[in-house]
Amino acid sequence: MREDTRTFIFAGVTCLVVSLLLSVTASVLKPAQQANEAYDVKRNIVKAFGVDISSMDRPGIEATFEKHVTEQKAGELPIFTWTDEGADKASKYAFPISGKGLWSMMYGYLSLEADLETIAGISFYKHGETPGLGAEIEKPWFLTQFTGKTLYKAGAAVDFLVVKPGVPLTDTSVDGISGATLTAKGVQALIQKDAAAYAEYFKSIKGN
Amino acid sequence: MASAAKKLLMDPFSDNNPITIQVLGICSALAVTVKVDTAIVMTLALTAVVSLSNVVISMMRNIIPPGIRMIVEMAVIASLVIIADQLLRAFLFDISKQLSVFVGLIITNCIVMGRAEAFALQNPPKESLLDGIGNGLGYGIVLIVVAAIRELLGFGTLLNFQIMPENFTGNGLVLLAPGAFIILGLLIWAQRTVSKYVEE
Repeated sequence: MREDTRTFIFAGVTCLVVSLLLSVTASVLKPAQQANEAYDVKRNIVKAFGVDISSMDRPGIEATFEKHVTEQKAGELPIFTWTDEGADKASKYAFPISGKGLWSMMYGYLSLEADLETIAGISFYKHGETPGLGAEIEKPWFLTQFTGKTLYKAGAAVDFLVVKPGVPLTDTSVDGISGATLTAKGVQALIQKDAAAYAEYFKSIKGN
Repeated sequence: MASAAKKLLMDPFSDNNPITIQVLGICSALAVTVKVDTAIVMTLALTAVVSLSNVVISMMRNIIPPGIRMIVEMAVIASLVIIADQLLRAFLFDISKQLSVFVGLIITNCIVMGRAEAFALQNPPKESLLDGIGNGLGYGIVLIVVAAIRELLGFGTLLNFQIMPENFTGNGLVLLAPGAFIILGLLIWAQRTVSKYVEE
């Protein structure tokens, strides 16, 4: 009996110590982690606008974001606009994209040129795809393919395709990744879904 | 003492390697060995966790009630892993993004639990620390060798520097888990031939 009591007390104390330790660690580190995540979002919005961030440091990227990017609402949906220095009108528009990959959700941003039809850039900042295969979606060779492609025609989203390597490309398709067919399908699906969701908004602001 | 300490530290590198002799920790050896940089960070994270968990469990070894021994070990290991993950997220954000779920998976790495059970429960903290460092690095050396082979053949790079000629076409098989299995199998074969180890 005494042995049992000791076991219970030991278990109780272990739980208490461990949970205290973990909650203290989590709350102490939370501000730094949140700052990292907020910065990651900003960095990816700037990247989606087609800015080459490879040689920029953290303060530089934060400053660029503050200077050029404003967040607005497209009805219920968030939208980010890019204003060139000295200009009074937005020259690029970006919106968040997200959808299922092979292993987990993929999150990113896609930006449009002022004509509201052509893709200016795209980025992914959070995903759980296989390193070396699906995770190639965050590599420049994959992302730069999207720039200059057409996402909207006559106010409606096109059937944007991510095709198997080797299939001839059009102005509404990009190469997929060998060995990561399901990731590519996920990218295709999320672009089509979110492009459709923003079609009304872009139609409404066109010509203004 | 000096030679005993050296043995604790060095044995896991060859004659008692956790991967090639004991065949533990295979899951993460397949998962994080696509690139050398992730393999190195994983090595450091695992070495930190296995050394600290060995020390903590060794210090508690005489007071842990036998009935809940493994649960207590698990609680210690899981807490250390969560702390390591939180620290990486706060201070090494980009690397923690690359390692994603694999840091959390250190919890399930049989080497950590295995060293706690097999060594820390019977030995004092100082020896347990050496044993932890030795096993962590012994695991890591295999990880880095596998990762170097995979990165070189799969991407033509090492630590992201181009090694192979520009027109080199990467071998897709080595980037997938089966390719890692084949490389690991060859390494285990080589290691066991050298150390003349025979499975009983």
